[in-house]
Amino acid sequence: MTRRKKMVERVTELMDQPKMIRNIGIVAHIDHGKTTLSDNLLAGAGMISEEIAGKACWMDSDEEEQARGITIDASNVSMVHEYDGKEYLINMIDTPGHVDFGGDVTRAMRAVDGAVVLVDAVEGTMPQTETVLRQALKEGVKPVLFVNKVDRLINELKVDEMTMQIRLGKVIDKVNKLIKGMNEEAYNNGWKLDAAQGTVAFGSALYNWAVSVPYMKKSGVSFKDVYEKCTAGDMKWLAKNSPLCSVVLDMVVNHLPNPLESQERRVNIIWQHGDKSTPEGQAMYKCDPNGPASLMVTDISFDQHAGEVATGRLFSGTLRRGTELYVMGTAKKINRLTQVGVFMGAERIEVEAIPAGNIVAVTGLKDAIVGSTASTLMEMTPFESLKHYSEPVMTVAVEAKNMKDLPKLITVLRQVAKEDPTVQVTINEETGEHLISGMGELHLEVITGRIARDKNVEIVTSPPIVVYRETITGKAGPVEGKSPNRHNRFYIELEPMPANLVKAIKDGEVSMDMPALERRDKLIELGIDKEQAKNLVAIEGTNTFFDMTKGIQYLNETMELIFDGWREALAGGPLADEQIQNVMIKLVDVKLHEDAIHRGPAQVIPAVRSAVKAGVLMAGDTLLEPMQFLQITVPQEHMGSATGMIQGRRGQVSDMTSEGDTITVIGKAPVAQLFGFAGDVRSATEGRAMWSTEFAGFDVVPAGILKDVVKEIRKRKGLKEQIPTPEDYLV
Amino acid sequence: MLTFIGLGLYDERDISVKGLEIIKSADKVYLEGYTSRLMGADVRKLEEFYGKSVTLLNRDDVERFPGKILDAAAEGDAVFLTGGDPMVSTTHADIRIRAEERGIATRIIHGASIQSAVCGLSGLQNYRFGKSCSVPYPERNWFPTTPLDTILSNFRQDLHTLVFLDIKPDRHMSVPEGVELICRMAEKCGETAPPLYVGMARAGSESPSVFAGSAEDVMNHDYGAPLHIIAVPASLHEMEREYLEIFAGLKRE
Ligand SMILES: Nc1nc2c(ncn2[C@@H]2O[C@H](COP(=O)(O)OP(=O)(O)O)[C@@H](O)[C@H]2O)c(=O)[nH]1
Ligand SMILES: [Mg+2]
Repeated sequence: MTRRKKMVERVTELMDQPKMIRNIGIVAHIDHGKTTLSDNLLAGAGMISEEIAGKACWMDSDEEEQARGITIDASNVSMVHEYDGKEYLINMIDTPGHVDFGGDVTRAMRAVDGAVVLVDAVEGTMPQTETVLRQALKEGVKPVLFVNKVDRLINELKVDEMTMQIRLGKVIDKVNKLIKGMNEEAYNNGWKLDAAQGTVAFGSALYNWAVSVPYMKKSGVSFKDVYEKCTAGDMKWLAKNSPLCSVVLDMVVNHLPNPLESQERRVNIIWQHGDKSTPEGQAMYKCDPNGPASLMVTDISFDQHAGEVATGRLFSGTLRRGTELYVMGTAKKINRLTQVGVFMGAERIEVEAIPAGNIVAVTGLKDAIVGSTASTLMEMTPFESLKHYSEPVMTVAVEAKNMKDLPKLITVLRQVAKEDPTVQVTINEETGEHLISGMGELHLEVITGRIARDKNVEIVTSPPIVVYRETITGKAGPVEGKSPNRHNRFYIELEPMPANLVKAIKDGEVSMDMPALERRDKLIELGIDKEQAKNLVAIEGTNTFFDMTKGIQYLNETMELIFDGWREALAGGPLADEQIQNVMIKLVDVKLHEDAIHRGPAQVIPAVRSAVKAGVLMAGDTLLEPMQFLQITVPQEHMGSATGMIQGRRGQVSDMTSEGDTITVIGKAPVAQLFGFAGDVRSATEGRAMWSTEFAGFDVVPAGILKDVVKEIRKRKGLKEQIPTPEDYLV
Repeated sequence: MLTFIGLGLYDERDISVKGLEIIKSADKVYLEGYTSRLMGADVRKLEEFYGKSVTLLNRDDVERFPGKILDAAAEGDAVFLTGGDPMVSTTHADIRIRAEERGIATRIIHGASIQSAVCGLSGLQNYRFGKSCSVPYPERNWFPTTPLDTILSNFRQDLHTLVFLDIKPDRHMSVPEGVELICRMAEKCGETAPPLYVGMARAGSESPSVFAGSAEDVMNHDYGAPLHIIAVPASLHEMEREYLEIFAGLKRE
């Protein structure tokens, strides 16, 4: 029997024993060494040969990733680790560290129970370390810490043994401070990291060694050995006597929860709106393989042979080939699974049956998109929707290079949107010019590159354009919208959304999925008037629609059309045809034609659309631009250029901290000013800066440049230079 | 002056003599072609018959940009032609109001309406009809069931219902389609669909088609070319039943 075959056998055996399973993710700032760690863990566990590890990145299964040397998709692997004479199955998801791909991290965290937070010993925690840690904690995922690149600390920074220990201690303190700040309760209840307990390990992913306090007792390898062997250039000795894989996976097995322990706690977090006493609720609590199946889809990819592969976490039940699932929120058609399997490296291995507690890959789940809840039950309360901390800020227009690819490109774009929920795709069949919005320059480059390469569609791509938003600054209304035949009239009032309600919607605390009573109470708690709170009938982005009318005949069967008109207006505001956000609308009165034909879509949709657009203008429409946090660390003498980099781009510096001979400048600047930032920073600091960016929300475009920005956008979009007036919409 | 003229039911010769005379002396002739249409005559045939050019109006011309029509009526004599009777089951009250608001005199020359024609075709008595309704083609997010409400509410009061069928630029709803939609509405609302339907087609033509029966009978009947309309009878008076048996193929009890 080949080694691989044997491994498959061990994996499938352990799959059935939840106590022996750990579902984990590795999260880190980019370049801190995630891919290196994952590859070497796999090699150490005998899943790939040690020579290959570190060269051919097993986890980076996308050619794109290998070419760029960055990890793009969360890939999945399983491996077997022996501890204390027992074997454990470790399902591991690799997550991207670049902020442009933040969406993937959120999804990966839903599937796992524990996370190895990886921090570069030299750089320390970075903004994205914070972001990914926050995502893990929000999902109820327990962290342990691996401090990587200790070899650099010794060999490059030439610190002495004492300083090394102090610096390592500082990294732990910093991560602990973050955990405490994000979830004090968990911190106090055992999630505080403690080297003595073994929830922290130190080492070098690249050179394949690590140490932890519990392992030191076993191996006898001490910090002193680490220091001495590193300085002596004998890291082989460390790798032999205190191997990376054993130390890190021991920590995982000992300190990260198995699915049984984890689900009991996490079901409350990821299934807040479900009823725990239902059969599916009980089954998930107990990770019961015999209960109804409940699967949360966290990834969708397209495989040339198998077609669409959905990956996700199975919280209850057992999946087999032929299992019939329903995808919540769709037409409730039976989706019959054609294959079920687990991942090993870039490979997917088919298995007969896979029980609750595992990360599974299935084909045949046609109706699923990333974030879907699938179940053997026809009706099941869906899992909490995945929360994204970043929003699309940049758009490119793509066109098929060859006429023959026109229809194929549309299919491919729909696939892209299905695979990555942080991508927004707008298809325009008329012009053939489609829009892809993503989280930054790099994100878009990767996606367009993938369309050309993997999907074999040659495309022409426009330079990226910044995504703006529109919102209102005051109140307006009642505004009257008339249908073309003037027999139907809609009266609306508009006002800016309160900031706390916007936040509650973004955090998923107020949604249309939750029971009406719960929603009403939450709104009242947020300060919304009692009468109004019960009338929230639709949410779109961070806009809300309240129906304040009473007993209007035929309104019921017209409501969906009203929403259609409202959504059409929100898709493009009057100022610059950019998406509208943070607008609260109250429908206060409606007059409808007696006969259904005269109050159909052709009448209602334009009436509502123009009322909303006119109302937005009356309420002081203005433009918002996306902002990015910037953190630049430079040697002291380059401080001036670092602050200049931010201030010269309409940005503001908010903080400066110095450590040793370096200084870290933190600030915020508009995305519109950040094109070519990477190159500029490099040349201004002679390549000696470390920097990172992170999405910082939308801010109002300063009044001084508003006119010019609007003019520019209108010109680019081929809109009339003249900004419309409310009357233009209310003829 | 703006004169609304009803063209009657089927072709160019259904207009009244009075209406024809006014067209002949008008400065500008408009034809509204989206709420109903004369199946037996196209624009060219009308122009030939009137000896005048006719401007065809679509929905936007009337509902959103009626300025042109009103300008013509302010400057001279404009006529506004519609199938049937101008103010019945159309929405032209609006343009008459707009004209009056601009100080333009208006008048109406009536034409025969399907509303009264159905009484002749089906024998259902005029005074026993309740509210009318229309059945639209369903669209995404929109499948109104109020037409069924109207039918059932009339039915419970022992009143007949006249049911107009949707007209789209590319299709005209047929009697079988209309009845099927009514049955689907009933299914959706958990109601029982009415037992009897009278389908009628091409009222006013040389060969109108009238056929009455159960939903199933009617759905399997070929009514031929458009336009179609349905009457949903309540209980039948003796005379009404006899009439349907003789003229509409209703099965004898
Ligand atoms: N010296 C040293 N370099 C490392 C170590 N781990 C990773 N690297 C290097 O750091 C860079 C980024 O590593 P990678 O695994 O791609 O980081 P990722 O972006 O987090 O996946 C690569 O050049 C690695 O060779 C380590 O422990 N020591
Ligand atoms: Mg990587």
